[in-house]
Amino acid sequence: MAAKSNLLNMAACLTGVCLVCSAILGGVYATTKEPIEEASRKALLEALAVVLPAEGEVNPEAQFIEFDGKNYEYYVQMLDTTAVCWAVKSTVGGFGGPLTLLVGVEKGGVVHATRVLSHSETPGLGAKCETETSFIDQFKGFDTSVKSLKVKKDGGDVDAITASTITSRAYAEAVSNAVKVVEKIQEEVQ
Amino acid sequence: MSKFSIITRGLVKENPTFVLVLGMCPTLATTTSAMNGLEMGLATMFVLILSNIVISLIAPVVPDKVHIPVYIVVIATFVTVLQLLMQAYVPQVYATLGLFIPLIVVNCIVLGRAEAFAGKNGALDSALDGIGIGIGFTLSLTVIGIVREILGSGSVFGWKFIAGDGILAFVMAPGAFLVMGYLMVLFNKLAKK
Repeated sequence: MAAKSNLLNMAACLTGVCLVCSAILGGVYATTKEPIEEASRKALLEALAVVLPAEGEVNPEAQFIEFDGKNYEYYVQMLDTTAVCWAVKSTVGGFGGPLTLLVGVEKGGVVHATRVLSHSETPGLGAKCETETSFIDQFKGFDTSVKSLKVKKDGGDVDAITASTITSRAYAEAVSNAVKVVEKIQEEVQ
Repeated sequence: MSKFSIITRGLVKENPTFVLVLGMCPTLATTTSAMNGLEMGLATMFVLILSNIVISLIAPVVPDKVHIPVYIVVIATFVTVLQLLMQAYVPQVYATLGLFIPLIVVNCIVLGRAEAFAGKNGALDSALDGIGIGIGFTLSLTVIGIVREILGSGSVFGWKFIAGDGILAFVMAPGAFLVMGYLMVLFNKLAKK
């Protein structure tokens, strides 16, 4: 059975085990680093393709802008030499934790499309914000100059997911923040 | 004890979920659907088999007083390896289970088997024990997941057989406890025969 413990063999054993384990972890980290980056880049490009219009070229380089005390990451879609659409990563507090969306916004505050990047909403209820097309599709072409990005319960024009008002409210807020961020981006360019 | 019975013991007599009642946190939290339960079970099995093998090999030279820290380091290493591999090659699975993968380190099944079995037996037996307990855990999680998905979402493995919603409570925490409790009663009743 196990060896008798003394200070020397305890220290030696722990050091040895930790060294070997660190070496293994270092090796695995080095070999998986590239595939992990590749996977997250692919996920981002996929999300960008959903929220931005097909025509034009998107710059996959992230840019940052400060708005309302928070730092927002965004991507610009260029058609020839003019910026036509912006994709903003917008995070708000949902029902179960942070809710992060990628929101494509066209000029004039029109939402092109939205996509959930990560969420921790309740499965079967709030988590539907990722899958329920009737909910997601209402944001396509949502014109913020005529309609209000609030759920109907709060006097706005967004149809909430049944029994998930808090999630829907957070979703609308995230989209609304993204629209405001894009307004600021456009102001700064001019 | 025959090699075969080491494996089958983990399925029924020492089923980690319904008999030993170990690792309840991931069991209740990840079984919102059959697929999630299956994936979580497989992830735990991966760690269980490898840590059992390594621990059975190093146990004779590990001084008694530091054996727990050593076991934990070994287990944590395998969990981190698994986490990196999942992130790299199955990012979709990692997105749903991500939070619970690091928690496999503190899953009492893994450390429990290291203490109770791998520390006292050879590498082959320990690997078989890992397979047996791992399959037992995976099957239990999948069954709980299937029941909860049928009642809660009206589907099995994502294949929907009724339109609309199921009984949503079963997808949430209270349903997890209910399903778990009733399945435990059923399992022990059948296993006793």
